[in-house]
Amino acid sequence: MSADLPRTMFEKIWRKHEILQRPDGRSMLWIDRHYLHEGSFLAFAQLTARQARVAYPNLSIAVADHYAPTRAGAEDAEAAGMMARLAEDTAAHGIRFSGWHDQDQGIVHVIGPERGLTLPGLIVVCGDSHTSTHGALGAIGFGIGASEVAHVLMTQTLWQKRPHLMRVTVQGRLGPGVGAKDLALSVVAHLGADGGRGFAIEYAGEAVRALSMEGRLTLCNLTIECGARCGMVAPDETTFAYLRGRPDAPTDFDAACTDWATLPSDAGAVFDREVTLDASAIAPAVTWGTSPEDALPISGHVPDPASITDPVRAAHAREAADYMGLRPGQALESIGVDRIFIGSCTNSRIEDLRAAAAVLTGRRAVVPGLVSAGSVQVRRQAEQEGLAKIFIDAGLHWGQSGCSMCVGMNGDLVSPGERCASTTNRNFRGRQGPGARTHLMSPAMAAAAALTGHLTDVRTLMAGRI
Amino acid sequence: MEKFTSLTATACPLPLAGIDTDQLVPARFLKRTRAEGYGPVLLHDLRQNQGFPLDDPIYAQSRILVARRNFGGGSSREGAVYALVDYGISCVIAPSFGDIFAANAVGNGLLPAVVQEADAEAILAILQAGTVTLTVNLSLTRISSSKGSWRFSIDAEWRERLLNGWDDVDLTRSRQDEIDVFVKHYRSDSGWAWIEGSKQDHLF
Repeated sequence: MSADLPRTMFEKIWRKHEILQRPDGRSMLWIDRHYLHEGSFLAFAQLTARQARVAYPNLSIAVADHYAPTRAGAEDAEAAGMMARLAEDTAAHGIRFSGWHDQDQGIVHVIGPERGLTLPGLIVVCGDSHTSTHGALGAIGFGIGASEVAHVLMTQTLWQKRPHLMRVTVQGRLGPGVGAKDLALSVVAHLGADGGRGFAIEYAGEAVRALSMEGRLTLCNLTIECGARCGMVAPDETTFAYLRGRPDAPTDFDAACTDWATLPSDAGAVFDREVTLDASAIAPAVTWGTSPEDALPISGHVPDPASITDPVRAAHAREAADYMGLRPGQALESIGVDRIFIGSCTNSRIEDLRAAAAVLTGRRAVVPGLVSAGSVQVRRQAEQEGLAKIFIDAGLHWGQSGCSMCVGMNGDLVSPGERCASTTNRNFRGRQGPGARTHLMSPAMAAAAALTGHLTDVRTLMAGRI
Repeated sequence: MEKFTSLTATACPLPLAGIDTDQLVPARFLKRTRAEGYGPVLLHDLRQNQGFPLDDPIYAQSRILVARRNFGGGSSREGAVYALVDYGISCVIAPSFGDIFAANAVGNGLLPAVVQEADAEAILAILQAGTVTLTVNLSLTRISSSKGSWRFSIDAEWRERLLNGWDDVDLTRSRQDEIDVFVKHYRSDSGWAWIEGSKQDHLF
């Protein structure tokens, strides 16, 4: 292979981590960071069954997030048991662990970047599909199953087939009141829920470069919702400024920056697929159905299955509208909501909370809602900035940090038939609880829905506030 | 891991697109241990609907499922695969699978057989018209029934793994020397990527 051939960022990182390659094309990759949460108990059980030890305990980092209670004292015995089990498993193997009482606790995909554990040029894995989040820093991050978690624990490596590469270029600038979540939902709707299957996606273009680190984390987080395991953004000054001074960032930070500056894709690097979007055409987005690909601009209407020619897609539209309790052709803005949720690994960082607070300040919500900061650090910062008071004054519950109502494993559930405006990542049937109806949107849009009680274009509430 | 070569069994049609892993096993059941088994909670909430195909007595012995596109998308929960395997399913036929689900499936000896969308529709149609038995031959990558036969595709390496019942951990451990050489070089070259701590030297 010639060193002069232009290479993609993905290729540079992949090659650097390739321990060996088999004739069938599978590579054995070195894993730099392995994040663990309560679901890892199945993997630790595999180690026990093999009487195996963890190869590099220093490269695995564990945190309680999926079962962490957002209301103090509200944890049930089973959830507490799941967290205790992770504490025991990690202690037995010498792995760093943060429990839900600890100051560095938070959602695994929030604390990895926040502590400076996730860095450009690394390969990051976790037994959670939203590990794609970490690609926002210019890393390769992807989710794995429990058996692969066990493999990483035992060997610090993984066998992987190199995915195809797609570049999604977003030209121009996002309009006022339009953010990373709207962009991400628009990308998923454009590609489809399996349109990125078999690909790693690099996001590029002016609108992506202009995103803050929080925005990039949101964009890469939702990459899995189009079926791509990995999304990434080239590291730049935004990345370096975000990481500088983080507790686990490299001691010789400037030397690391010099290395990281070589990571972006070379001019002329070839991608297997190129997709281009116009940022100025993107509006605040919401989902109407039961797949993240069911995203539309807020000015849109529930699709009419009769106007969809593909019978499989028409059947999906019919079944999804039926589950969601919606009529074909219904205006999205006419859909009333019962509650809102602001949080999850998608949208619980400080910028997300600021965006929601900007809409809510001095106003009262007409439906109940829960706001769960992504980490203890984010929660503290939001309290210092006065954001927590804005949420509380608006009538919303200000909760502890964890995965919470995104997946309901900690008991934060949407009731059967209830409709929730949610900043999370999946509107699957029953995701927020059996029979729950989820509409995905940005923190600003969820705040707008809280104020009006129905899906609302946040821009109409933002005069003088943007 | 058990070898997969050829399977002739009852096949149940699930004419749904996007059966995500939250449907295959809802999150509230993920506290279960492997020993408790995940079979009883397979597709738990969808099965609350009257007349769900899997609960029709003629499909009681199903070892094959046939579904529409994007089967197993979403969450990486391996419990979705455990639920299928523990229920007795050894093969799912669909036009596309979630990448993480498919990797988890192969690791547990479950064959994700990818067929053309039109072929999935044809297979669903014959099953719904009363055929109940399919043969899935992994060596030949063919699905057959009394009503016809169809090609399926699977990644070549995954096919080898399933045919031979290989275990990844054993495979990796056989290359430990190469890992050690890599680590030595990597640490001197990319020191910033490391987190200090000692290797467990009683390993392997």
